[in-house]
Amino acid sequence: MDKYVCTVCGYVYDPAEGDSEGGIPAGTAFADIPEDWTCPVCGASKDDFEKK
Amino acid sequence: MRPVEIAPGIYNVGVRDWNIRDFHGYSTYLGTTYNAFLIIDEKITLIDTVKSDFTDEMMANISRVIDPKKIDVIISNHTEMDHSGGLPHLMSVIGPDKPILCSKMGAKNLAAHFGNDLKYQPVADGEAINIGKRNLKFIETRMLHWPDSMFTYAVEDKILFSSDAFGQHYAGSETFDDEVGELIMPHAKKYYANILTLFSDLIQKLLKSVAESGLEIKTICPDHGIIWRKDPGAIISAYNDWSLQKTDQKALVLYDSMWHSTEIMADEIVSGLLATGVKAIPMQARKWHRSDVMTEMLDAKALIVGSPTLNNNIFPALMDVMTYIKGLKPSNRIAASFGSYGWSGEAANLLATELENMKFKVVEPALRVKYIPDTASRDLCFEFGKKMGEHIKAS
Repeated sequence: MDKYVCTVCGYVYDPAEGDSEGGIPAGTAFADIPEDWTCPVCGASKDDFEKK
Repeated sequence: MRPVEIAPGIYNVGVRDWNIRDFHGYSTYLGTTYNAFLIIDEKITLIDTVKSDFTDEMMANISRVIDPKKIDVIISNHTEMDHSGGLPHLMSVIGPDKPILCSKMGAKNLAAHFGNDLKYQPVADGEAINIGKRNLKFIETRMLHWPDSMFTYAVEDKILFSSDAFGQHYAGSETFDDEVGELIMPHAKKYYANILTLFSDLIQKLLKSVAESGLEIKTICPDHGIIWRKDPGAIISAYNDWSLQKTDQKALVLYDSMWHSTEIMADEIVSGLLATGVKAIPMQARKWHRSDVMTEMLDAKALIVGSPTLNNNIFPALMDVMTYIKGLKPSNRIAASFGSYGWSGEAANLLATELENMKFKVVEPALRVKYIPDTASRDLCFEFGKKMGEHIKAS
């Protein structure tokens, strides 16, 4: 599964890790993350991410 | 520093740090200030605090204007500890139940610094509060330069409290731009180069959205340095140029030397650049502070970097400043490398790879000279400088 990078702060979303703080379990593809999820580092919206 | 009334009922109760010379790796030859702003209205409001070492001085300043216990609202534009360090003590004096208004990320970050017991109250971008005669509006400036950063705009006074934007590390005796004049701009430039270059695209977006919103700005109060009351347009216009990464026909020749051979090469390259009418700034890595090198980099079109080979590698002093420049991500630049060597001579080629990793466009092959440059080698270096000058003029 593809990793996605936050264009605002550089945080990388890795599906293998998920985002436990944001309630995203490991193994979740970026496309399957809810639209209201925000970057755990800077608070950017999902739209601000690009495929790495 | 005693409180200074910067507008009727609005005071700078911050402090001057005359003696700081190194601000997390940024050379502050003239110290800095931590500005904090007290607004006397129906609800007494304090915008930001100071570095923890100066908390007592800030409290004394507030006391000269009003009993600190009367403060009703705290606004935290930025969590970084030179602006939030005084918060725990302040809250213990004024009462931990007083609201601390901040951005959503500010609430998260302040809690991470100072625990969950304080009353963080997140505000949204564009939200405003009324404190009596005044309305204060919040503008989210995420990643300028931390996730939590925001501005506070005093609507009736037309004052922008801009946190770390538009600041300067400068602790002169003056308070306002009209008192210090043109001399302040080099400090503002150094501040932008070293703190904000990385966020240039976001600054462009912010400046456009502020212009479109028609926000009238009479005064800009940054958290460091002097207050822009005479000509706030000057610093906004400078930020526009810097964030567009506008460069001059100028090359930075950054080098180091063991036995003067790479220094001779640098000197010839500078002469070649000058012969084409391009400005050239030679800087020896161990003689200049990295933050001054970055200031020159801000408007240089080309970075030409030279190193002797030490233990099959690049001189460490150069990697210090190269790592620093890399993190600040200046874009749309050209580059080349050079260096003298004794036996294998890897440094110049390794530098070229580093420049490519920094997204600079390497426009000439690395120039290498064995041992001491003779007349023919000197001429090669001079020609190399001329070629770089032509590249700069053509780009």
